Amino acid sequence: MAEPTPPSWVRVWRGSSQGGEFLDYKVPGEPGMVVLDALLYIQANYAPDLAIRWNCKAAHCGSCSAEINGKPRLTCKTRLSEFEGQIITVAPMRAFPIIKDLVTDVKWNYEVLKKIPPFQPQPDAKEPWTIYQRDIERAQEFHRCIECFLCQDVCHVLRTHRKMAEFAGPRFLIKLAALEMHPLDTGQRLEFIKDAAGIGYCNITKCCTEVCPEQITITDNAIIPLKERVADEFYDPLRWLLRKLRG
Amino acid sequence: MERYETHEYDVVVIGAGGAGLRAAIESSHRGAKTAIVCKSLLGKAHTVMAEGGVAAALGTLDPADSWKTHFVDTLTAGKFLNNWRMVEIFCKEAPERIYELERWGALFDRTPSGQILQRPFGGHTYRRLCHVGDRTGLEMIRTLQDKGIHQGIDVFMETTITRLIKDEDGRMAGAFGYVREDGRLILFRSKAIVLATGGLGRIYKITSNSWECTGDGFALAYEAGADLQDMEFVQFHPTGMVWPPGVKGVLVTEAVRGEGGILLNSQGERFMKRYDPEKMELSSRDIVSKAIYLEVKEGRGTPHGGVWLDITHLPPETIKRKLPSMWEQFHKLADLDITKEPMEVGPTTHYMMGGVRVHPETQATSIEGLYAAGEVACGLHGATRLGGNSLSDLLVFGKRAGEAAAEYALAMRALPKLDRAQVAQEERLLLAPFEREGGENPYALHSELQELMQERVGIWRSGKALAEALKTILRLRERASLTSITGARMYNPGWHLCRDLLHMLDVAEMITRSALERKESRGSHTRDDYPRPVDDPWGRVNLVLRGERGEMRIRQEPVPPMPPELWQLFESQNQNQNQNQNQKKEEPVKHG
Repeated sequence: MAEPTPPSWVRVWRGSSQGGEFLDYKVPGEPGMVVLDALLYIQANYAPDLAIRWNCKAAHCGSCSAEINGKPRLTCKTRLSEFEGQIITVAPMRAFPIIKDLVTDVKWNYEVLKKIPPFQPQPDAKEPWTIYQRDIERAQEFHRCIECFLCQDVCHVLRTHRKMAEFAGPRFLIKLAALEMHPLDTGQRLEFIKDAAGIGYCNITKCCTEVCPEQITITDNAIIPLKERVADEFYDPLRWLLRKLRG
Repeated sequence: MERYETHEYDVVVIGAGGAGLRAAIESSHRGAKTAIVCKSLLGKAHTVMAEGGVAAALGTLDPADSWKTHFVDTLTAGKFLNNWRMVEIFCKEAPERIYELERWGALFDRTPSGQILQRPFGGHTYRRLCHVGDRTGLEMIRTLQDKGIHQGIDVFMETTITRLIKDEDGRMAGAFGYVREDGRLILFRSKAIVLATGGLGRIYKITSNSWECTGDGFALAYEAGADLQDMEFVQFHPTGMVWPPGVKGVLVTEAVRGEGGILLNSQGERFMKRYDPEKMELSSRDIVSKAIYLEVKEGRGTPHGGVWLDITHLPPETIKRKLPSMWEQFHKLADLDITKEPMEVGPTTHYMMGGVRVHPETQATSIEGLYAAGEVACGLHGATRLGGNSLSDLLVFGKRAGEAAAEYALAMRALPKLDRAQVAQEERLLLAPFEREGGENPYALHSELQELMQERVGIWRSGKALAEALKTILRLRERASLTSITGARMYNPGWHLCRDLLHMLDVAEMITRSALERKESRGSHTRDDYPRPVDDPWGRVNLVLRGERGEMRIRQEPVPPMPPELWQLFESQNQNQNQNQNQKKEEPVKHG
């Protein structure tokens, strides 16, 4: 029925924190095949101990992140047909320490999450809450995040400058934005956003927005508005004076 | 010298999907020192995949809805094999669990007047599914995850439990397993354990389930000697993707039909009118799945062996807003624009109605100190589950299990004394594949099991095929005890699969034996040699399996009788429905 699909050569990084190398595997073609299919084929047929992370295989869970021909992507959503005639190189995310093969240590992200001041609803809001759709569109956009950490991987503040101690990264800036933009939230997070989350480190290169598999407009819709709020709060001379007076 | 690290807790929750997280939050809230152990990273459990919505009778669009109608709908779909008390608790408590999620930060889609928007779904009399587009599970798991970590639950990610450990008196005393990262062994000593390990779809070839759904919890409970029930009832969701091959089985949410999608065969006929003229596409899942199966079998299928699911009659922007993930999924993975072309769909293994038998109020199992909640537990759904009921199941009974486990643990002074022989035995079993050479390839065995279950223990069953399947499963078990694996213990999926296989084979055997025993067709269980539902005795009994290895035993137990005041609901409901039928029909729903 369909035309036969040619086999692909997939070059996979194999190794651990001690070092490693790229190994080439030949994978028979099947229509619609994605990189994760190829990796699972390699696992079942050539390398049973090939370490990969995956769960849903439908781009809902954000587990199977890797760098495919140098670009941070979900392996379950990247079709082999995009690379016809080329060798497909799959490497682990570079921003995080390697555990084995394509699996990296992403625990740092969960540590950051723990520090984020949680949702604090208005204590006296009448239940059940009345919330209008138009007031939550933006926060719902950020709730689409599947925590694949591709934005963290591509962000040069983390990837190149290793500012893990000073900067929360795009994933958690949208988390903070979602909390800040919840219509019933009363939490005070601007100081956290400025200091602990280090929003000043972001210089708006929008790399995070480009790699987001959920098409969240991270920079324009989350980071820039947060930067503005921080600027209003801490760098507006009038507010500065008021704060001084209040002590 | 111990070769494993040991941790001590009041309550250990196994599994970090909706049920596990909700249980851990409750347990920790009540003052029990609580750990949650999960096979993947936090937030990746299968709950994240849930799409269409979470069912609760809030009545925001249909004020006539109430727990009573939800009760009637759930038991009717379950063909009365449900535990009525569980259904009652469930329907009464689900609304509060939804509002609680909202208080914890979840943002559901809204009605024009600012209430939680509810959508129609198969088998639900009223619009009842609270949702966030088609990403409801993501919203739920993220909300619970945030709540959980801020409450001080300890999380052990990428850690697999392979055996429950009892004390010498048969009480729960701990759990043993390994950490994926480096393969080190790990022992949890605890007073109580909550199983929240989810489902078993991965024993079938075509499934909507993620790799994790290997039925661990059913097997862990069985090995420990707990009772399991209704294992013949596997839900096949009517609409999974059928093309391209790599995504075969991936779920196409029922919300497509809830929003107005229609099913057509290759002749362009809306065939559901022959199977359920009243409810059509929104009939219960077992009926729609069987209808699709028959259409394809009788030669009216699509080129890739499915049927058409068409939503192109809705405006493209509505489709993209209401079903964003579906649009993206077909666009990216199947080169198909669902606003312009119909989807090709077919049944996919989706959910396990059966599971560990629990007390309806506390989720306690037949083993002291062991609790179960969510898909691994049994009783709420009977012979078929309604869409959306699983998500509220996680919340209602996750909370109850966490509460009961914490109370039990806090009343106990010291940690139970572990039976070390059980730990040593599991350690040997786990490490054996490294010591064998030239044994079976676990991936090949897994694939054989999946083919077998798909073909012989699927939607359409017969006594002969089931008996053959059982023989093959027993042979596969012998071969699975002879797997071998290369490489080291550090993050070695082949090694993990060697142990998972033993669990999967246990579960496959449970399903097959129960399906052989139930000589009738009811709900999701269909036998071509016994094509009709039979009331005596099958409509009145559950099949209960007894664990503890050796020989698997099945006994029949009567379904607990429902009190007359609840029976009455069925009569009054029928009258109400007739009255309301006209009022509720076309109330316009605006969105956004």
